[in-house]
Amino acid sequence: MYVLSAIISLTLLGLLLGLLLGIAARYLKVETSPVIDELESLLPGSQCGQCGFPGCRPAAEALAEGNAPATICPPGGSALAEQIAALLGIDLDLSDVKEPELLVARVSEATCTGCTRCFKVCPTDAIVGAPKQIHVVVADACIACKKCIEVCPTECLQMHPVEVTLRNWRWNKPVAVLHTEASNAVC
Amino acid sequence: MLSFFSKPLIRGGVHAEDHKSLTAELPIVSNFPLPKNLYIPLQQHVGKPAEPVIKVGERVLKGQLLAYSQGMISAPVHAPSSGIIQDVNDYPAPHPSALPIRTIVLETDGLDQWIETQTIEDPFQLTPEDISLRVGAAGIVGLGGATFPTAVKLNMGRENQIETLIINGSECEPYLSCDDRLMQERAMQIIDGVRLMLHGMTNSPEGHLTGKSGIKTGNAVVAIEDNKPLAYKAMQSAAVLYPQIKIIQIPTRYPMGWDRQLIRYVTGKEVPVGCRSSEIGVTIHNVGTAYAVHKAIRHGQPLLNRVVTIAGGAVERPMNVEVPFGTLISELFEFCGVRNDQIARIIMGGPMMGDSLPHTGLPTVKATSGILALTHNELKNAAEQPCIRCASCITVCPAGLRPLDMANNIRINQLDVAVDLGLKDCISCGCCSYICPSNIPLVQYFKYASGEVMARQQAEHKSEQTKRLIDARNARMDRIARQQQDEEQARLAAKAERERLKAEQEALL
Amino acid sequence: MITHFKPSSGAHVGANASVTHIMWQVMLAMMPATAFGLWCFGWPALNLFVITVLSAVIFEAFCLRLAGKIAKPVIMDGSAVLTGWLVAMTLPPWAPWWIGVVGSGIAIVLGKQVYGGLGQNLFNPAMLARIALLISFPIEMTTWANVSPLFFSQSPSLAESWHITFSGLENIDAHTGATTLGFIKTEFSQNHLLTDILKDYSAFLNFIGWSRGSLGETSALLLGLGGVWLIRQKVIQWYIPASLLLTVALLASIFHLIDSQHYVSPLLHLSSGAIMCVAFFVATDYVTSPNTPTGQLVFGTGCGLLIFVIRTWGAYPEGAGFAVLLMNSATPLIDHYIHPRIYGRDRKGKPLEIPKS
Repeated sequence: MYVLSAIISLTLLGLLLGLLLGIAARYLKVETSPVIDELESLLPGSQCGQCGFPGCRPAAEALAEGNAPATICPPGGSALAEQIAALLGIDLDLSDVKEPELLVARVSEATCTGCTRCFKVCPTDAIVGAPKQIHVVVADACIACKKCIEVCPTECLQMHPVEVTLRNWRWNKPVAVLHTEASNAVC
Repeated sequence: MLSFFSKPLIRGGVHAEDHKSLTAELPIVSNFPLPKNLYIPLQQHVGKPAEPVIKVGERVLKGQLLAYSQGMISAPVHAPSSGIIQDVNDYPAPHPSALPIRTIVLETDGLDQWIETQTIEDPFQLTPEDISLRVGAAGIVGLGGATFPTAVKLNMGRENQIETLIINGSECEPYLSCDDRLMQERAMQIIDGVRLMLHGMTNSPEGHLTGKSGIKTGNAVVAIEDNKPLAYKAMQSAAVLYPQIKIIQIPTRYPMGWDRQLIRYVTGKEVPVGCRSSEIGVTIHNVGTAYAVHKAIRHGQPLLNRVVTIAGGAVERPMNVEVPFGTLISELFEFCGVRNDQIARIIMGGPMMGDSLPHTGLPTVKATSGILALTHNELKNAAEQPCIRCASCITVCPAGLRPLDMANNIRINQLDVAVDLGLKDCISCGCCSYICPSNIPLVQYFKYASGEVMARQQAEHKSEQTKRLIDARNARMDRIARQQQDEEQARLAAKAERERLKAEQEALL
Repeated sequence: MITHFKPSSGAHVGANASVTHIMWQVMLAMMPATAFGLWCFGWPALNLFVITVLSAVIFEAFCLRLAGKIAKPVIMDGSAVLTGWLVAMTLPPWAPWWIGVVGSGIAIVLGKQVYGGLGQNLFNPAMLARIALLISFPIEMTTWANVSPLFFSQSPSLAESWHITFSGLENIDAHTGATTLGFIKTEFSQNHLLTDILKDYSAFLNFIGWSRGSLGETSALLLGLGGVWLIRQKVIQWYIPASLLLTVALLASIFHLIDSQHYVSPLLHLSSGAIMCVAFFVATDYVTSPNTPTGQLVFGTGCGLLIFVIRTWGAYPEGAGFAVLLMNSATPLIDHYIHPRIYGRDRKGKPLEIPKS
C-alpha cells in the first residue's frame, strides 16, 4: 500500500513543482533588448534578397522577432548562423542544415557582349571589364548573389560550384554510427 | 606515475605492434628497374611550389634542375633520371583526395646519364652559408615526413644559438624501417652528413654582422629507439671518432619521433606553443636528411631518390627499396608482388599518421617514407560504439589534450569549444584513435574540425572583405550621384546666370 | 588504378580492445565474489540474480526500441548485463523478485537511458538504483538473510526458494539478522561499547565473506582479488580504489586510536559493507569518474571521506552508495578544473615563455 502512496505523493509533488516553474517562466520573464542593429551589422549588407526578405534590415528585424531561423542567410553560411545564434542566445541545430554549395559566377567568353550591365549591378564590384570588352568575375570577391545572372542579356553568366583543389580540400566529418532502423535500412 | 607532481620526460604514447622485422632484416634493394615515366610533382615540400625551367620536349640529364624554388620557403625539383620532358600539367597528387597537382612528366631513356656533378674533397673549407646554399640548391627537405626545406632550418640555426642538434632516428611508426636500414648500411655517410650540418649551422666570422659571430654550434645527438640495436651499433661505431656526436638509445614508444617529444626527452626542454625549436636552442633533423646532405655536399648530387618501405599484409615481398621520385606506386607494388585483391587500404607513410590513398596511380615524393598495402585483418575497422569515457585517449595523448571532450563537441558542431580545448595543439599522431576501445575515428574528427575552422575563418575574412567592397561601392555610388547632382546644379546655375545676363543685356538694350 | 578507396585518416591500426571486451572483463572479475555470494545465500539469491540481470536486459531493449534504435548490437556490448549484475550484487540476497525488477528499471531507465544511453549518464546506474530502492523500500532493503549455503540441510531448497522470491519470506526473524555495520550502529545507539558489541564477531569470517550482507558484497577477499586482477589487466587504474580505501583506512585508524570503544577499527571498515565492491567496481566506472589520474585521486579520496563520515556519524550504517553518487555529481567539476597540461603551454593554457639561457 505504501508503494502506492509513495507513487501518488511523488507524482503530485512533481506536478506541483512543474506548475510553479511554468508560472515563474511566465511572470518572471526577462525582457530582451532590441538587437536589430547588432544583427544587421552581422549580416553581409549586400541586400541580395536570397533570404526572401527585401534586404538585410528586414531580415534582421525578422530574426529579432523570432520569425526567421538563425540559418536564414545563405551567403553567410553556418559561420554567420552561429554568430547570430550566439547573439540571440538560441540553440542552433546545424546538423539538419545543409551547408549551401559554394557557388561562383563565371563569364562564358563566347557569348559575352561586353554590355556592362552585370558589373553595374554587382554589389561587391566582383565583375571587371569595360564596354565592348569581355568581362571577368573575380572569384574571391563574388558572393553568389546572382544579380548579374538576372540582368545578363545573353545568359553568358552562369553559376558554377567552387572547384575543389588541394588547397581547399577538407576532411569529411565522420558519420557517427547510430543503430537506428533508418541507418540499418540504408546498409 | 603521479604525472601531476613530477615532470616525466615522455608524455602519453602507445606501444604499437611494430611489424618491422619483415623489412628491417633485409638489405635496402637498390636495383629497382627505372620506370618508363616519372611523374614529378612541383610541390613536394612545405611552402611555395617550384617553378619549372624546362620546356616540353626538352632532353634533361639526371640531376638537372627541372624547377627552381620560389620565395623564402620552397625547394627546387631535379630530374631523377635522364630523358625527355613529356608534359607539364595537372596530374593526381599523392594525397587522400588525389586531386590534381602540377606535375612534370619525364619519359626516361634508360641511360640514367648524370649531369656533371661537383665532388668536394674537403667540404669543411666551405663557409656555413655555402653549405646551406648547396643544401637548398639540392632540393633537400626534411625526409621524416614534414618536408620543411632543410636549408631554411640551417639558416635559422645560424641565426639562433643552437646548443643541440638532434638527429631523429627513432622511426616510431609501425611497419616502417627505411631509417633503420639506412642507419645500418650507411652509418658513415649519415655521420658525415651530421658533421656537415653542424658545420652549416656554425656562425662563421664573415657570415653575419649581427654580432653573434663565431658561435660554434654545440653537439649533435642521434636518438635511436632501443628496438633497433643493430642501427645503434652501426651508428656508434661510425661516430666513434667524433666526440661531438653522441648516439643515444631512447625507449621504444610511439610517438617518440614527434620532434617536440624527442626534444623534451633529449634536452628536457619544452618548445613553447607557437615557437620554433631553434628559439630554445635546439634543431632537429631526420637521419635520411643527414644522408641527403652528405650526398649533396660531398658528391654534388641533388635529392633524387629515397629509401621507401613497402610493407603490409598484402605485400608478398616486403622490402626497403631505393626509388627515384615520381615512380608510380603501382610500379612499386608490382615490383614487390602486392596482391591487389587483398588490399583493403593503401597508406602513404606509417599506419599511425599516414593518410590513405585512393588508388595506386600516384607518384612517390620526397615525403614518402613508406607505402603500406594493408589487408582487412590488419586494419582497425570494427564498428563504432558510443564513447564510454574510459579516458584512454587522455592517457595516451602526447600533447596533453582531452580528445574525448574535443570529439564530443565537434560531433555537435561546437567547434569553438573544441578550439578552446586545444584543437590547434593536436598533432594528429593517431594515439587516441589507436587506443580507443569504441573505435571512434577521433583523429578524423580533429582533421575535419581543423579544416572547418580554417574554412570559417576564411569565410569570415571574406564576409569582412565583402562588406568593405560593398561600402566602397556604395560610397562611390554616392559620390557619383553627388557629383552628378553638383554638376546638374552647376549647369542649372550657369543656365540661370546666362539667362539673367541675357535678360540684363536685353534690358540694357 | 582499379579500386578507389575512401579517404580515411590514421590511425589505421588499433589496439585490441573493445567496449564489449572491457565489460566482459569486469564481469569476469566480479565472478568469484558473485559466485561465492550465490553459494552463501542459496537458491533465493540465484533467483534474484537471474531476475535482476534479465530485467536489466529487457529494460534496455525496451528503451532502445522506444528510441527507435536496434537493440541487439547495443545489448551485445554487455553494458546492460553489467549494470544488472551490479544491481543484483548490491541487493539483500533474499529480497523479493520485484525489488530486482524495480532496481534494474531504475538503473537502466532512470540511471542510463534517459541521459541518452551508454556513456552519457551522470550517476552510476547501479548505485542510483541501490539508493533509490533503499529510500523507497527500507524494510525490504534491510532484511538480511543468514548465511545458508547451497545444499546444506537447513538452507531453503529450490522449491522453497521460489516461495521466498515470489511470495515473500515467512518467519523472518528465524532466517534474517543485521549486517555487521547495521548491528554496530544499533548497538551504539543503545550506548554499548565496541568490545561488547563485537564479542561474537570474527574478523576472518567477515573478511572472506561468511557474514550477512548484500548478495555479492560480503567477500572483501574475492572482491579485492577481482579488483587487483582488473588493475593488472589495465581495465581500471589503481588511483580510485587505492585513494578510496586508503582514505577510509587512514581516517578509521586515527579515530580508532583516539577512541577504540566508539570508533570501528580500519580492518572492520574495509572488510564490511559495500566498500570493496564500490572501490573496485563502482567508483571506477569510466563514465561517472574523472578522466585524469589526479582527478581520480581526488574522486577516490572524496568517496572515502564521505563513506567514513556517513558510516560513523550518519543515520545509515553504510554510506558507500551515497558517497559515490555525491562524488559522481562532482565529477564534471573535477574534470573541469583538473586536466592535463597541453605540451608547450602552462596550466592555464598560455604558451610557455622561452627560457632565457
